[in-house]
Amino acid sequence: MSDTTETKQVLPDGWEMVIGLEVHVELATKTKLFCGCANHFGDEPNTNICPTCLGLPGSLPVPNEQAIHFAMVLGRALGCSVEPGIFARKNYFYPDMPKDYQTTQYEEPTNEHGAITLPDGRVIAIERAHIEEDTGKSTHLGGGGRIHDATATLVDYNRAGVPLVEVVSGPEMRTADEARAYVAELRDILLATGVSDARMEEGSMRVDANVSVRPTGSDELRTRCEIKNINSLRSLGRAINYEARRHVDLWTNNDQPTQETRHWDEEGGRTTSGRSKEDAEDYRYFACPDLPPLVPTAETIADIDSSMPALPAARRAALAEAAGVAEADTLLAIERGLDGLACETIAAGGDATAVMKHVDQNLAEGQGKLTSASFAALVSMEADGALSSTQVKTVLAELVANGGDPAAIAASMGFEAMDTGELDGLLDQLIADNPDEWGRFLEGDNKVQGFFVGQIMKATQGKADGKVVNQLMRQRAQD
Amino acid sequence: MSGEISRDEVAHVASLARLSITDDELTTFTDQLCVVLETAAQLNALDLDDVEPMAQPYPLANVLRVDEIVPSLDRDEVLAQAPAAEDGRFRVPPALGEAP
Ligand SMILES: [Zn+2]
Repeated sequence: MSDTTETKQVLPDGWEMVIGLEVHVELATKTKLFCGCANHFGDEPNTNICPTCLGLPGSLPVPNEQAIHFAMVLGRALGCSVEPGIFARKNYFYPDMPKDYQTTQYEEPTNEHGAITLPDGRVIAIERAHIEEDTGKSTHLGGGGRIHDATATLVDYNRAGVPLVEVVSGPEMRTADEARAYVAELRDILLATGVSDARMEEGSMRVDANVSVRPTGSDELRTRCEIKNINSLRSLGRAINYEARRHVDLWTNNDQPTQETRHWDEEGGRTTSGRSKEDAEDYRYFACPDLPPLVPTAETIADIDSSMPALPAARRAALAEAAGVAEADTLLAIERGLDGLACETIAAGGDATAVMKHVDQNLAEGQGKLTSASFAALVSMEADGALSSTQVKTVLAELVANGGDPAAIAASMGFEAMDTGELDGLLDQLIADNPDEWGRFLEGDNKVQGFFVGQIMKATQGKADGKVVNQLMRQRAQD
Repeated sequence: MSGEISRDEVAHVASLARLSITDDELTTFTDQLCVVLETAAQLNALDLDDVEPMAQPYPLANVLRVDEIVPSLDRDEVLAQAPAAEDGRFRVPPALGEAP
């Protein structure tokens, strides 16, 4: 992660953060959780609605088997035990749910007791990952978008009933960076399993952070606040640090935070008070009489386990082993989905350092038509000095775009290997034409080195390898 | 669990359910609910340790449908039945506070 939040101390000495995250994940199904309306982001408002997701009398929900399958796949990927699940009604009155209840899992969630292992090896417990339906989208009119001054609310029910899994961590994270690493890891697991497209900015992955503080080393859990409206990993880190500092300020001024929901204000860089929890907590959950239990068979779970794709933690370990690097140096390759290619290329004889360099620096757009065989061949040509680093980049881009044989591509682009003899001749000529510059080089003025390399590049139309020219010049100086 | 429920609790549940009830109704419903809860409480006297909790009375599980899109309702027809609509959306009185 680029902008770290931990370069400077966030809280005064003697205080630590207690962070738990609730991540809502929209499942990548074709239809909603309980009806056949399309689950599709960005459609015209209220075009994906039916009697079931509008809560009209006489309608009956029937769970989507793909959604249930995805939820169980995610559960297993998170190391959860997948248990019989029961849908419950969470009763509340708000226009985003036309039924006046949200169907969710309460006492008997499908997934319980898992964990996420972060790249640095820390293990964060997952308490549960339950299935529920998403709510509609409300727009508040008037009052400059502020809820409290609104004159009316407009509601779009396209999102109402979209399948979600809510992944609830234990209160086990201690820094904003750790929370961001957790969310990044969960996102990579979602992408690896194909359970969700996990786009924070489109809301298909939404993170609420429960934040409190306590004296370092204590095991107490003090009053927490739940922060909503976090739209990126960067906001997550900023919001957590702001909120934790606010709590420390309160505690150190003989005051204390109120348990409440707070909103992250990205522009203002602060959290603001939202709904107070006290009056809203009484949801009167009860088992939904319309929905029979979900009872996974041992066979279902065995099938899910046997077709589980390689997960990020295992992929990091495999690439670190193959390339002989630390797991922390494999993150970019994993994020780009290039770890398989890298492992195969190294197995095919490609130099590990060169392979990892190209994966991190020159393959941001992904693998394209590049194969491990052509990648390994290209890396070998580079190691033999047959191509300059600029030429390697050009050939690599061509392999990604159209595939092919690197030697043939290099030849067709006129990238014939400059043999050292040819360069020697050119260098002799340059030295003869520019005796002053050569004299300065011999006296140790390294700046003129660039002049000679530049002249040779010009004469060879970029075909020469700058590193080889440098070597030749240094050899000459020693002779 | 005791079979009793207080007037205050009934009033609280009524307000959560957005039901406005008179004092007389509060008395009537409290008496009626006490009877219901006392009847339910008789179950607690039984030894049910070996009985599986039952979420619902039907002997069904895993009733699922395939993930296939079916046509949705016509938006104009639906919105025409709403008390108010605007911009293809349902228009409702201003929501007080945040969604839960
Ligand atoms: Zn629907």
